[in-house]
Amino acid sequence: MTSQAPKTPWWNDRANRAILYQVAVVGLVVLAGWYLISNTLANLAARNIATGFDFLTREAGFAIGETPIDFDPADSYAKALLIGLLNTVIVAVLGVILSTLIGTIVGIARLSGNWLVARIATVYVEILRNIPVLLQLLFWYALITEALPEPGDAFQPLEGVFLSNRGLKYPTPDWGGLEWLVLAALILGIVLAFLLSRWARLRQAATGQTFPSLRLGLALILAWPLLIWLLIGAPTAFDAPMLDGFDFTGGHSVSPEFVALLTGLTLYTASFIAEIVRSGILAVAPGQTEAALALGLKRGQVLRLVVMPQALRVIIPPLTSQFLNLTKNSSLAVAIGYPDLVSVGNTTINQTGQAIEGVAILMAVYLIVSLAISAFMNWYDKKTALVSR
Amino acid sequence: MKRTAFWAALAIACGIGVAMPAQAGTTFDAVKARGILNCGVHTGLAGFGAPDDKGEWAGLDVDVCRAVAAAMFGDAKKVKYVPLTTQQRFTALQSGEIDMLSRNTTVTSQRDTELGMNFGPFNFYDGQGFLISKKLSKVKSAKDLKGATICVLPGTTTELNLTDYFRANKMNFKPVVIEKQDELAAAFFAGRCDAITSDSSQLASIRSAQAPKPEDYTLLPDLISKEPFAPAVRHGDDQWFDLVKWSVYAMFEAEEKGVGSANIDSLKGGSDPTIKRLLGETPGLGKALGVNEDWAYQIVKQVGNYGESFDRNVGANSKLKLPRGLNSLWNQGGLMYSPPVR
Repeated sequence: MTSQAPKTPWWNDRANRAILYQVAVVGLVVLAGWYLISNTLANLAARNIATGFDFLTREAGFAIGETPIDFDPADSYAKALLIGLLNTVIVAVLGVILSTLIGTIVGIARLSGNWLVARIATVYVEILRNIPVLLQLLFWYALITEALPEPGDAFQPLEGVFLSNRGLKYPTPDWGGLEWLVLAALILGIVLAFLLSRWARLRQAATGQTFPSLRLGLALILAWPLLIWLLIGAPTAFDAPMLDGFDFTGGHSVSPEFVALLTGLTLYTASFIAEIVRSGILAVAPGQTEAALALGLKRGQVLRLVVMPQALRVIIPPLTSQFLNLTKNSSLAVAIGYPDLVSVGNTTINQTGQAIEGVAILMAVYLIVSLAISAFMNWYDKKTALVSR
Repeated sequence: MKRTAFWAALAIACGIGVAMPAQAGTTFDAVKARGILNCGVHTGLAGFGAPDDKGEWAGLDVDVCRAVAAAMFGDAKKVKYVPLTTQQRFTALQSGEIDMLSRNTTVTSQRDTELGMNFGPFNFYDGQGFLISKKLSKVKSAKDLKGATICVLPGTTTELNLTDYFRANKMNFKPVVIEKQDELAAAFFAGRCDAITSDSSQLASIRSAQAPKPEDYTLLPDLISKEPFAPAVRHGDDQWFDLVKWSVYAMFEAEEKGVGSANIDSLKGGSDPTIKRLLGETPGLGKALGVNEDWAYQIVKQVGNYGESFDRNVGANSKLKLPRGLNSLWNQGGLMYSPPVR
C-alpha cells in the first residue's frame, strides 16, 4: 500500500453526510405534515364537511353552569370557549397554590422526628398517589352529591352560609357598589407588606439591624382596608343567600363540581409534591443542618434560612412538571360536569361539527397555558439557582 | 443499530399514512370486502342500544344494524358494534371508523349538511321531556321549573332545546353537564339536579334501568321538541345510502303487509305481488341494490318487521312499555310509512 490515502468520495465525507441526513429528516417531516394536511382537506371537501373558524362568531345557543363573567346563550362560541378557559385557569391557579402548600407541609412532615406525624404523611402520600386521579374525582363528586342534604335541609354552619348538594352558598358584602375599593386596599396592603419585608431583609443583610416587618406588614394588610371601609361609611349590609323555589338566590356560591375537581386535583398533586419536597430537603447535606444548629439557629430558622433555599434548586424543575400535570389533569373535569375548557370545547365541537378546528383550538390553548407556566417556573428557577462565586 | 430502528419507525409511520386514503373508497365495497359491518351504537341505552343479559347487543337501533347486515351478508350477526358517546358519534362516522351510525340520533338540517351526513328513514319519533322526583309535588309542568338545576347530556340537540325553551319562556336555569349518561343519571338520582332532561324514550329507559325506585319519579307531560331519529351514513356513497334506506323501509313494508319472522316461510309461493317482491321471488330489487335477491327475506326472517322490533325492544314486550303513538304505521294513525318496495 502506498502511504498516500485514497481520496474519499464526497458522500463518504463525515461532514457532508451529516448535512445530508439533516436535510433528509427535515424533508421527511415537512412531507409528512403536508401529506396529512392535504389529505385531511381533500377528505373533508370530498364529504362536503364545512371547514374554517367562522363558527366562532355564531350564537352558541347553550347555557354554561358556572360563569366567572356574564354569559348568555345568545353570546358567541368564542365567548363560551373563553368562559371555559377562565374556569380552567381558576381551578389550575387555585390548585397549584393549594397543592404546593399541602405538598410542602406533608413533605416536611414525612421527615418529622415525630413518629405519628411521619407515618400519617407517608400513608397520605402512598394512598393518594397510587389511585388514578379520575377515580378520585368521581369519589369526591359522589361523596359531595350523595352525602350532603338537599337545599331544603341545607346545613347552616354560620348565619347565612348554606351547605347542600347544590354547593356552598355564602353571603357577599353589598356596600353600594364600593366593595371593590376595600378589595383594592387589601391587595395594595399585601403588596406594601411584601415590599416592606423585602426592604427589611436587605437592610438586615447590609447593617444587621432587625425590623419588626412581620407585625408591621400584618398591620398594613389589616388596617389599610379597615380605614377605607370606615371612610366609605362602615356599611354592614350583606347580600345573603335565600332559599327561593328550587335553589338559593343571592350571595355567592361554589358548586359541588368545582369543589370535587379542586379537592381531587389538589390532594393528588400534593402527594407528588410532598415527595419532591422531601427529596429536595434530603439533597441538602446533613452537615449544613448541624452547622446551622451549632451556630444557634432555631429549628424553624434552619429550615427557612439554610435548608430550603438550597433545597429549592432541586425542587423547582420537577415541581414545574407537577404544575403542568395539574393544569392538564383539570381537563378530567368533563367526567364530573365542571364546565372547563375541554367540556365547553367538546360541546362546541359537537354542536358545530368542526372537530378538527375545535381540537386545534383546545390544543393551542393548553400549549400556550403550559408554556406560560414553564416560562414562569424557569425564570424562578434561574432566580433561585446557586450563584457560584 | 439505532439508525436502523429510526428508519424502520419512519417506514411504519409512512405506511400508516399511505394506508389512510384506502378507506376513502366506497363504503359499500369496503363493507362487502371486510365481511362485517361496523355500526356505531349507543354506549348503553336500554331499548335502543345496549348489551342484553346474555351480552348480546339489542335494541331498536341495534336492529337497524342487524337489518343492514342481513341484507348485505344474509347474516344479521355480522355486525361489529362500536359504542359511542354523543360527542364521539359524528367524528367516528366522518372519519370512517364506522360505516353507519344507528344511535338515537336526531335529524337536523345542520347535521344533514355541514356535518356531511345522509339520514335514512326515521325509525323512531320522539320528543324531549323532563323527569322529576315525585317529591317536587308543586311542579306540574315544565313551566314550573323556573330557577331549577337541570341535568343534561352535552353535545345534543337536547342541550340546545333546553336552552331555547327557557329563553323563550324567560326563565333561568342552571345546567349540570356530564358527558357519560350513567354518571349524569347518578348525579340526578343523588339529588344534584331538580330535573333531568332528554328524549322521553330515553328518560323512560333511564328510569327503568337506573332509578333506585322507579315509581318515585315521574315524567312531566310537556314535550318541548321534535326528535325524529334516523340512521346516518356519511356523504359520498349513494349505493351504501340506498341499502341502509331500503333495509329500514323493508321492515316497515313487512309490517304493513303482515309479514313477520314467524309467518314469512309460510307465505312463500303465494300470489300477492308485493309479498313476492319482498321475499325475493320476483327478482330485480336485490340486483339493483347490489345484494342477494333474498335481502328483505333475510331481514324479516332474522330481525323481524318493524312492529316486532318495536314491541321487543321498547314496546309492550319490553321493560320500557312505550306506547306506539307516532311510531304506528301510517294506516294506524302513526307516521311510519314506506315508499313502495318495487
